[in-house]
Amino acid sequence: MFETLSDRFESVIGRLRSKGKLTEADVDDALREIRVALLEADVNITVVKNFIGRVRERALGEELSKALNPGQQIVKIVNDELTATLGGETIRITYNSKPPTVVLMAGLQGSGKTTNSAKLARWFKSQGRHPLLVGADLQRPAAVEQLRTLGRQIEVPVFSADTDPVQVAAAGIAEARKTGRDVVIVDTAGRLAIDAELMDEVRRISDAVNPNYTFLVIDAMTGQDAVTTAESFHAALELDGVILTKLDGDARGGAALSVKEVVGRPIAFTSTGEKLRDFDLFHPDRLAGRILGMGDMLTLIEKAEEVFEKDEAEAAAAKMFEGQFTFEDFLDQMQQLKKMGPLSGVLGMMPGIPKEVKNAQIDDREIDRVEAIIRSMTPAERIDPDLIDQSRRVRIANGSGSDPARVGELIKQFKEMSKMMKRMGGMGSKKISKSRRKATKGKSKGPGGRTTGGGRTAPNTKAPLRLPNLDPTSFGMPGTKPDLGLPGLPDLGSGGGFPPR
Amino acid sequence: MELLIVLLLVVLILGVGVSVVVTRRRAGMLEPPSILDETVAAEPLSILDEIVAVEPVETASEVETASEVEAESEVETESEVETVEKPRFRDRLSKARSAFSGSMGSIAGRSRIDEQTWDELEEALILADVGVGAAQDLLEHLRSRVKADGLTTGDELLDALKRELKERLAGFDRTLVYSPEAGPSVWLFVGVNGVGKTTTIGKLGAREQAEGHSVLMAAGDTFRAAAAEQLGMWAERSGALLVRGNEGGDPSAVIFDGVEAASARGIDLVLADTAGRLHTKVNLMDELRKVRRVADKGDGTVTEVLLVLDATTGQNGLIQARQFTEAVELTGVVLTKLDGSAKGGIVIAIHEQLGIPVKLVGLGEGIDDLVAFDPDEFVEALFS
Repeated sequence: MFETLSDRFESVIGRLRSKGKLTEADVDDALREIRVALLEADVNITVVKNFIGRVRERALGEELSKALNPGQQIVKIVNDELTATLGGETIRITYNSKPPTVVLMAGLQGSGKTTNSAKLARWFKSQGRHPLLVGADLQRPAAVEQLRTLGRQIEVPVFSADTDPVQVAAAGIAEARKTGRDVVIVDTAGRLAIDAELMDEVRRISDAVNPNYTFLVIDAMTGQDAVTTAESFHAALELDGVILTKLDGDARGGAALSVKEVVGRPIAFTSTGEKLRDFDLFHPDRLAGRILGMGDMLTLIEKAEEVFEKDEAEAAAAKMFEGQFTFEDFLDQMQQLKKMGPLSGVLGMMPGIPKEVKNAQIDDREIDRVEAIIRSMTPAERIDPDLIDQSRRVRIANGSGSDPARVGELIKQFKEMSKMMKRMGGMGSKKISKSRRKATKGKSKGPGGRTTGGGRTAPNTKAPLRLPNLDPTSFGMPGTKPDLGLPGLPDLGSGGGFPPR
Repeated sequence: MELLIVLLLVVLILGVGVSVVVTRRRAGMLEPPSILDETVAAEPLSILDEIVAVEPVETASEVETASEVEAESEVETESEVETVEKPRFRDRLSKARSAFSGSMGSIAGRSRIDEQTWDELEEALILADVGVGAAQDLLEHLRSRVKADGLTTGDELLDALKRELKERLAGFDRTLVYSPEAGPSVWLFVGVNGVGKTTTIGKLGAREQAEGHSVLMAAGDTFRAAAAEQLGMWAERSGALLVRGNEGGDPSAVIFDGVEAASARGIDLVLADTAGRLHTKVNLMDELRKVRRVADKGDGTVTEVLLVLDATTGQNGLIQARQFTEAVELTGVVLTKLDGSAKGGIVIAIHEQLGIPVKLVGLGEGIDDLVAFDPDEFVEALFS
């Protein structure tokens, strides 16, 4: 998501950045393009007008004239305003001292309430809570059945009855008290904001269960109407936040920008895939960076943490630098990587990945094909690909349903990659040892401003890797933050650093 | 194969990244590790059994019969549907027109056309999800018309805009195609998640039954929990037959079965449901291509491939239409949920840029709330 928006912003901003001096016309040109980009991303037109107005005022006001680098300053203003528009901080869920904590889900038809009720329940479960799902959507055929099926998948009990939605919701709370569930998620039927009767019904449900959190579920692909919907639901229910769904498409997510601005409630959670675990807290501050094309390394790493075994990942990286990375290791890492969801999503969050790569249609099954080829190798071949001659290549191709040329290509690529990595690793240790020599002289600091700690046993071979900037709110390009940027990983060395080469 | 390079890079960066964060966290507060839900990943891939081996007639007997074809009498009479159709469209639309007609209303009373008028008109169009590009294009044409015809008042301007819109929407064939001579006609419903595919099939099935066709519904959404149950309830209401497979099964097989069953029983219309899928998912779009191919393989013929589009959809709707038509060659659009406050202006761009007409409009949750699209009514109601 947000790709196209960020593309547009990048080009506009890139032009501004390079300019030493900005005229009013420059600013207006840029703002016109930003306006169109926002409108094409389905940001509400009123929100766009206000946004552009604020940026223009600040840009042409004193801030700009005082700034040393006006282009950079505009970028900063846009980022500030974008972050403000998106809604500041991540929502913090607090729990009722007297359980259960009640969550009410509301929204239009087809926005994803039922699926996201289950996803939310799974999230609460991962937080160590004991949720109960209450199916109060008695309108759509088989909605309760859907909730029950999802409940079974995540092993969360589902309560419903064939009475009326208000009674079911109230009975659900009683059921939770009785069975000791500490979080109740009430799924309601989809309704149009202009349907007075149904809006009254959901108000009565809300009165009956007295929710701690009322979430509006909104489809990321929603157009200008998102604001009307959010306003009506907010008027009826006093929303606490929004759950933005279907963010895994290429919708530009303008609804996210609009809703916060208009109803003053943040996006609390986002749903980014068909699997029930593709759901998480929303970090507004990180999103601004993503829209402006700076990646979202924090989210990525959190995701990675969930699936990657830390030691294994580290060991794999170390092996790679040493040139000892085998197909076997590669296969292991691939398994972890697959758990993180579609590759395009992962790449989207990485800063500094060339646009061509990012935009290339990545077919995730390609990974499976690579995997199949590797799995068709014998253990010995995986460790030493040089063993693979023409006849083995044919055998592997037959085993994996590909052709020998592809097998050959894969092996060649892999070897080249390994060599490159090794060179990078080698360069790193040379550089480090050089700086270490300096450091031991007691004059200079290690690369990155911190001392590398003289005679430590584990110099950081990762140093030459341009690790992207981990602070998405900062505007620098990858590597400018001294503590995490390019050569700045020395504090790793003390932990699980790599052996010296 | 640059994929490999990308993959390695990703592994590398993540490997380094994770260790950085973990090391730093270890120093400070340690968050509880979140547990990976393996149950989801390990969803059983149940396979529809006995599809290939069994004769078509026998397959049909295995099929769940929601109710017999003869149950047509249960359905509301067709004349009702016909007569209420037209006024209903405008009625329902005008209920939600406030926002749009508000800004249009202020333009209507004007005695002259100035820059502000143009700005407001653009704003109103954008607010209706027509899109910046399409709105600007429309207004450009309108400007030359205003000049050429010497229009001066707001009313004349709005009339010209209406005419322009109607012209652009006119000239499409919006009939739903049957070809009874080539076995059962198959109408395939596709779209992203939550747009109302299953509901549309339910309503359309009732309508077609009422008009004297025999209908079979094929529950090709094998992914979403309880989707087949949902369709089953619609089938029961309308007296159509239902063919379903296992959850997680192959949708192509279910639909193929449906077509074979229809053919064996002399049913002339198969309404084929598919799982909602985002147009960006390569594998799911491939799956859909296969569904389309396989549906044509048996005795039936695919005569309609309809994209179901939620009227609240913004500019992404155009991209959806483009991707879906690339994959399965759409023959039309069903615009659902138009009874809300959303205007569905994106269909103008879909007409213009892709030449795909809207054929049906969903105006509510009732079984007869699906009506034929009428461009004049659509535009007129947009401005009333």
